[in-house]
Amino acid sequence: MAELLLELLSEEIPARMQARAADDLKRLVSDGLKASGLDFKDARAFATPRRLALVVDGLPTARADVSEERRGPRVGAPEQAVQGFLKATGLASLDQAEKRDTGKGEFWFAVLAKKGGPTAEALPGIIDTAMKALPWPKSMKWGSGTMTWVRPLQSIVALFDGKVLAGEVAPGGEMAPIRFGDTTRGHRFLSEGAIKVSGFEDYVTRLRDAFVILDPAERDGLIRDEAAKLCASDNIGLIHDVTLRTEVAGLVEWPVPLLGTIDPAFMDLPREVLIVSMRTHQRYFATHSFETGELANRFVVVANIAAPDDGRAIVDGNERVLRARLADAKFFWDQDRKTTLEARASTLGTIIFHARLGTQAQRVDRIVALSQRLSNYLPGADSSLLVQAGRLCKADLVSDMVGEFPELQGAMGRYYALHDGLPESVANAIADHYSPVGPSDQCPTAPISVVIALADKLDTLVSFWSIGEKPTGSRDPFALRRSALGVIRLIIENGLRIPLRGILANAMVFSLIHANIAEQERVKSSAEHDVYKKPAVAPVAFAQLGLDAERLGRIARGQEKLRSDEESTVAELIGFLTDRLKVQMREKGVRHDIVDAVFARSGEDDLVRLLARVNAVQRFLGDDAGKNLLAAYGRAANIVRAEERKDSSLRARISGAVDATLLEQREEKAVAMALYAAEASVRTALENEDFASAMTAVAELRTPIDFFFEKVTVNVADKPDLRLNRLKLLNQIRTTMDSVADFSRIEG
Amino acid sequence: MSEPSARLKPTCFQELILTLQDYWARQGCLILQPFDMEMGAGTFHTATTLRALGPKAWYAAYVQPSRRPTDGRYGDNPMRLQHYYQFQAILKPSPPDILERYLGSLEAIGIDTAVHDIRFVEDDWESPTLGAWGLGWEVWCDGSEISQFTYFQQVGGIDVDLVSGEITYGLERLAMYLFDKKSIYDLPFNRTDSEVPLTYGDVFLQNEREQSAYNFEHADTDMLFRHFADAEKECGRLIERKLPLPAYEQCIKASHCFNLLDARGVISVTERQSYILRVRDLAKACCEAWLATQKKEAA
Repeated sequence: MAELLLELLSEEIPARMQARAADDLKRLVSDGLKASGLDFKDARAFATPRRLALVVDGLPTARADVSEERRGPRVGAPEQAVQGFLKATGLASLDQAEKRDTGKGEFWFAVLAKKGGPTAEALPGIIDTAMKALPWPKSMKWGSGTMTWVRPLQSIVALFDGKVLAGEVAPGGEMAPIRFGDTTRGHRFLSEGAIKVSGFEDYVTRLRDAFVILDPAERDGLIRDEAAKLCASDNIGLIHDVTLRTEVAGLVEWPVPLLGTIDPAFMDLPREVLIVSMRTHQRYFATHSFETGELANRFVVVANIAAPDDGRAIVDGNERVLRARLADAKFFWDQDRKTTLEARASTLGTIIFHARLGTQAQRVDRIVALSQRLSNYLPGADSSLLVQAGRLCKADLVSDMVGEFPELQGAMGRYYALHDGLPESVANAIADHYSPVGPSDQCPTAPISVVIALADKLDTLVSFWSIGEKPTGSRDPFALRRSALGVIRLIIENGLRIPLRGILANAMVFSLIHANIAEQERVKSSAEHDVYKKPAVAPVAFAQLGLDAERLGRIARGQEKLRSDEESTVAELIGFLTDRLKVQMREKGVRHDIVDAVFARSGEDDLVRLLARVNAVQRFLGDDAGKNLLAAYGRAANIVRAEERKDSSLRARISGAVDATLLEQREEKAVAMALYAAEASVRTALENEDFASAMTAVAELRTPIDFFFEKVTVNVADKPDLRLNRLKLLNQIRTTMDSVADFSRIEG
Repeated sequence: MSEPSARLKPTCFQELILTLQDYWARQGCLILQPFDMEMGAGTFHTATTLRALGPKAWYAAYVQPSRRPTDGRYGDNPMRLQHYYQFQAILKPSPPDILERYLGSLEAIGIDTAVHDIRFVEDDWESPTLGAWGLGWEVWCDGSEISQFTYFQQVGGIDVDLVSGEITYGLERLAMYLFDKKSIYDLPFNRTDSEVPLTYGDVFLQNEREQSAYNFEHADTDMLFRHFADAEKECGRLIERKLPLPAYEQCIKASHCFNLLDARGVISVTERQSYILRVRDLAKACCEAWLATQKKEAA
């Protein structure tokens, strides 16, 4: 058994790309090994700012010869098929192939002998293929070359079983090939000259001696521990920031955390401003006082070198930069508070939200209008406060601070609102209306915040949808999936009973009115300037909807209804939302078949009701009674289905009510009785949205059905009327249960 | 690679320029003079934009006075100028040791990489008006950005034949770092022990005040709109006559007119994009015409 060591040394790789690239390298080389019939025990990949490294353990040093058979075309197949077969197998003529009878006719077979031989001969090709396939998010050429890599590639270590593999990578142009070798380089500044390595263990040790910690997890842990220790020595606590730490671990090969001081002149800036200034521009970690929990005036910067002066010059330089950064921030903070949010809101008309959706002012108008409609479903939200919060929720976008730090949107609006003396509920709604932004983010609960947050997200969803910007595959440039998840969480976590169909239709009309205006302006401006050489392309939804401002106005005023094609856009959006809910529930561990079964009862636009139904079915199927009933349902459904297959006219004939006079046996009468009772209770329970009771009512069916199957024969050959009636009975079991959920989708 | 410089560490703004010129001259670069027109960055110099295209090798370095009208602060902001200097080195094709050479320039200007923390932080460069982009880094020294480093991939919308490594030093910011000054205007322009010692403020403060007033208040916008249109037309005419160099100068002119109009606040958000596209169309046409002359020459 032998080890493969691969290192690709390059100029500095962006931190955000390293982990993914290491994984890809591992995957691609592993796939190549497997495809070549090379088994191995273990593969591990690592990344630093300058290198990707891979070690594969437990590889055989040689492969045995293997023979592989490939079936070709039928004997006597057209010439073209034969030629294709010969080309694919590398045979010179059919003389080298064998005829074999497969039982389905005579076919040509090629028996290909695959030479085994030393593993070392197969590896260079595998490495080359993996490097060519490695999908960097952005890659480049350099020098006179044609090869692309994330940044210029400098050297390659490729060792197998301690020996250098014969291979090279040609960057192209006038550039010398990069030969596989056994030497690398250490830290850019702390180490000099080439380092010769003999294997993975040796490589890791020698790199460490040359001030490079190969494993990103180790660098990350080191930053965490050393930074915490530094803070502890100063009697303060480190504010952990895992995302930042991962990034910083990708910026350094030899992490050395250092403690710096924030100039006290800036400590009265809002906490968010201090943290974001330090984090975004400088990648510093913030700290806090143990006693008060307030920010401490110290920060942690992670250097990439151990300097002879213990980092004094580095700390000095960083403190200076931070001072300049915070001076900017303080300037913004002071300037911004001289203008009220009201005054800022009035300038939103000059800011384009999206070329096809008009200005931020129009967006705000939509949010305000939508929040008024939504407030009908949330009695706690005061209407005048809602209008105020809606009008001001985007005003901080035109503040200097948010211009500099977009991630402070909302948070700054809250500070400025409080500074303007606005009610706290309004200020909080401005801050919270972007939430929840992710699964771990808190979901607003205060009525004003909830309504504005919902209105904002629904507007985003509907607006981009109406101009044809729907998410496809991994492309979701406007984060509509996130908006949808936000809508779902806001509705469900606050238990809001909102008929989405109506609300979405409202939102769509608002968006279309503005999209219409934007489109007209665009056409006008392109006519004036003649810079849009191509005619403005009308998105799909536009074409379908036929923009007519007057008609949209009538719809907005409730004087006209949406057309059916418009209704179908709304239905599509409800589908999108319920699909997100489905995904979310599966992720939470709800059985996917139960989710499917409930969602298959289509037309539901009340997410809370949908979820209650899922929970009731899930609970019901959790015990034996439920499972047994499901088995009975399955049996009934199977019999009906089997009979339906034999006779296509059957479906229509068994959909009616059971004929009580035809019931013969005690067991079938009992089922009919039970069904009669269950149907009524289920209907009432569903009307009352009491899904637990609906399931209890359904459960009553179980015993009679069990007896029925024990004693009654359905397909009585000589009595067609009796047979039909019994099938009706079974069909009724199915339809009664299906009124709660489509049980045929549930796996037993 | 090169013999060590006899020059001492720079102590003032002009010595910083002299040191960089000396260093890059020893790296084989032509030392060119600034392009004699108003432009937003050193990249607009023909020595970068046009020379980055075509099959010929090209090493050059130069200082370029750069004008960004919207950055004017009437001399009130200690860190912002509407007229400042960039030092630019372009090495085409980029040599394999270009980063080491760059780090050598830092040593030359007095940054000891054993004591200071140098980082290469991802920064993809893009110039919408030039239709150009490249990958590279901003270079940090102790958390302060001191240079930008870019491998050009496309210029004027055209894939480059040979990749240029472009290094840009923002001289004022770098000098503030080196000489530990909180305000640009306090930077020593020449040596403090000279016969007539002068600061950056002595030389440029009045200029910042007057030019800011011009940029924001007094520039005649009707005239600028006219000049923009004229330059655009002239550029197109010269392209037709296969004169890419004079045509490109008209493109630079149009770009500067646009920047001034932008500073005067007379260009709306929607129009802004369309003006950028108009300049880009000019730049692309110039680059294509230039490339045609280069290929003809090579053939």
